[in-house]
Amino acid sequence: MTLPELLWAVAGAIAVVAVLLILARLIAGPTLIDRLIASDVMLTTLILVVGAEMVVSGHTRTIPLMVVLAATAILGSVAVARFVTRAGDGSTTAGEGDDGRR
Amino acid sequence: MDGAEVTVSILDTVAGVLLVVGALLTLAAAIGLWRLPDPISRLHAATKPQILGLILVVIAIAISARSASVLLLLIPVVVFQLLTAPISAHMVGRAGYRNGDIDPAWLEVDELAADVDAAPSGELPGGTWSDEAGS
Repeated sequence: MTLPELLWAVAGAIAVVAVLLILARLIAGPTLIDRLIASDVMLTTLILVVGAEMVVSGHTRTIPLMVVLAATAILGSVAVARFVTRAGDGSTTAGEGDDGRR
Repeated sequence: MDGAEVTVSILDTVAGVLLVVGALLTLAAAIGLWRLPDPISRLHAATKPQILGLILVVIAIAISARSASVLLLLIPVVVFQLLTAPISAHMVGRAGYRNGDIDPAWLEVDELAADVDAAPSGELPGGTWSDEAGS
């Protein structure tokens, strides 16, 4: 195994551990905001892994995928943040937040 | 190895190191999601790989492809993240504050409270969403 291959393997192993930790936070919550942040980090990690895969495989075909992911990453968190509302029991759920008004 | 092979090996090694550092930043964010006590602090941890990690990986791709045009193609990725990451972080933090997920006691300085108090009051802490239409 050459040195670059070893580095790729190390980076991949670190990314797997990171994704598992993020996934655990995504499941555990406890609040919707925590899950929103975790899913944001997960999407960022996805962009990084798509980029890392290009380095490892030595191609540049998935650059458009990176561009699209980076440009649309905001939509999910903004959409959820807009429509977060408070349920009667004080817990947080996603629902009809603001009648579409600002 | 002749000179060209050594150069190739060095460039690939540099790209590999950049990938490892980018992965470490992601790991730092993941650990931060568990180690930090409240959603606002986790929001801080989440932004580490979003900009610096992405820039490192983009440079690694350009080095690996040995191409300046690939770097040009990747600049929009970084620009989009630079533009949108603060917006989404702001929206998430604001939504958390206004629906009560964020306890004002966690904050050293609560600059939003004065504005919320000045706005017409509603049932929710910080007023309802529609209250801010006139403010």
